[in-house]
Amino acid sequence: MLGFIIRRLLTSVFVLFLASILVFVAVSSLGDPLAELRANPRTPKSTIEAKKRELNLDKSVPQRYVIWLKDFGTGKLGNDNRGRPVYPQLKSAMELTLRMAIGATIIAAFLAVFVGVYSAVRQYSISDYIFTFLGFLFLSTPVFWLAGLLKLYGAIKINNFFNRQLVYTQGDSSPNFTGGFWARMGDYAGHTILPWIALALISFAAWSRYQRATMLDVLNSDYVRLARAKGLSNRRVLTRHALRNALIPLVTVMAIDIGAVFAGAVITETVFNWAGMGRLFIDALRGYESNVLLAWMMVTGVFVIVFNLAADLLYGVLDPRIRV
Amino acid sequence: MTATVPEAAPNAAGPEREFTVESRSQTRMILRRFLQHRAAVISGVVLLLAILAALIGGRLWHYRYDDFLAVDQIDKPPSLSHPMGTTSAGRDVFAQVLRGAQKSVQIALTVALVSTTIGVLIGAFAGFYRGILDSLLMRFTDLFLIIPPLIFFAMLGRKFAGSGWFALALCLAALSWTSIARVVRGTFLSLREKEYVEAARALGASNKRIIFKHLLPNTVGPIIVNATITVAVAILVETSLSYLGLGVQAPDTSLGKLISDNQQSAATRPWLFYFPGLYIIVIALTVNFLGDGLRDAFDPTQRRVRA
Repeated sequence: MLGFIIRRLLTSVFVLFLASILVFVAVSSLGDPLAELRANPRTPKSTIEAKKRELNLDKSVPQRYVIWLKDFGTGKLGNDNRGRPVYPQLKSAMELTLRMAIGATIIAAFLAVFVGVYSAVRQYSISDYIFTFLGFLFLSTPVFWLAGLLKLYGAIKINNFFNRQLVYTQGDSSPNFTGGFWARMGDYAGHTILPWIALALISFAAWSRYQRATMLDVLNSDYVRLARAKGLSNRRVLTRHALRNALIPLVTVMAIDIGAVFAGAVITETVFNWAGMGRLFIDALRGYESNVLLAWMMVTGVFVIVFNLAADLLYGVLDPRIRV
Repeated sequence: MTATVPEAAPNAAGPEREFTVESRSQTRMILRRFLQHRAAVISGVVLLLAILAALIGGRLWHYRYDDFLAVDQIDKPPSLSHPMGTTSAGRDVFAQVLRGAQKSVQIALTVALVSTTIGVLIGAFAGFYRGILDSLLMRFTDLFLIIPPLIFFAMLGRKFAGSGWFALALCLAALSWTSIARVVRGTFLSLREKEYVEAARALGASNKRIIFKHLLPNTVGPIIVNATITVAVAILVETSLSYLGLGVQAPDTSLGKLISDNQQSAATRPWLFYFPGLYIIVIALTVNFLGDGLRDAFDPTQRRVRA
């Protein structure tokens, strides 16, 4: 077990290291971080030269990578191209992404398990067909379009109905907000509800399909037939015998998906104008910010590795037949 | 597999048996199972129409996507002459949607074709020969597990955004072959141990012949299903990239770019916003249903329909 964990971590660190080289080279070949400065004809040449030295752009790409690696090894994430430190940007982006992702994941997980089990138990009933259709529908809907509909129908209609701004369509909180603790929480909730719904519906779709398939497998197995033959109540068979085993694969799939969530939901964040991890990434890419991009990749990469490992270990814990 | 064929035609010497058994080939069984899946069949027809409309509809419709309309027709909701309305800049939305769908569909089909070809070849060789190719493939998959693919899409999109739809499609294909490669590799790993492969080898068949004549035909099911799903994924990825401004660039357009351009006017001119999104959903939804039907049809353990 310990050997397995160590081996997995070592390979992952190696892959992460390779990925950092790849991303670094890719970013350096994308474009010139000083293009904006150069575009202005009144920028003195000395300023450009000084900036070039400051960002080490006068050195070659491998040299710059080694400099970055040394800094990273000593725990320094460095500054972005405008000289602002990377760490606080990463921290505030991560906080927002967590606020968006945790709620959405919890909603999606409960919804997926309930719907998946319900459709499996009532296989080929009308409600099964409806849930199947809805699952495929959300699987096929671009999240930015769904978000647009939510803004149009959710936010504007509700606000008009109550005649005051309850649901917000932009940003993570109202700027210059004054009020007590509960009013502040209410403001947060008004900003968070639509991103939660949009994100939850999209992840719910795939998970519920998955839960339905595993539940069907379990319901057709011999030990469930035995449990029924023993005369156990339907409810007990479903909750105690079937669901417990049908949850195992979904839990591991969720663990892997949640790891990816820390990378930020790029599109949901863009639509709702949240400055989370996804936005941080896209903005860094637009400005050729190699330090921000690499720091971003390292942080999200570690989360993904940890959650993947957790998924593997969880499998062994939940299903004793599997020895990790 | 197939039912046994009676050796002599039963009506040659009068009916010896009360009923005859008709043999059904593998392909016919799959087709039968598929045709029983009504949602998949309807989806297939709708998808075909949607793709045809996207590819050639722009030429048949009497407005072009870059035509400027007469002043009195500007900024109107859907009507008979403009079924999806017009924009405030004086374009026919239906023509724009057809043009956007054309790019999106072209990209999606190219991605599916190219990534399936690469994925099948790499997966087949990795699964058959194991060794260095196999470990390379697995490390590559690890890489994609750690870094979300959207990151690479976005980077390549940023770099090749100005080079037209084909370059974008190749970029997407270069990153989407791993899933199909893993599927083919997995099937090959189990199939290569089967007796019929051993028999073929005993008969002196070359590796090439075993791969292409014996193993690949038995992997066709998962490959087709996966290729179908790739079309849906590619459409959604392309529209997302174009929405972020990293995909198809002006003056050209795609369904994602149309939504991105028009989202500010969703409240005042909803027709600009609805129709491109609906087109994406129609394509992706029918592809998903089609893939579902194909998966059931290719699955020999599927017992819902007697085949």
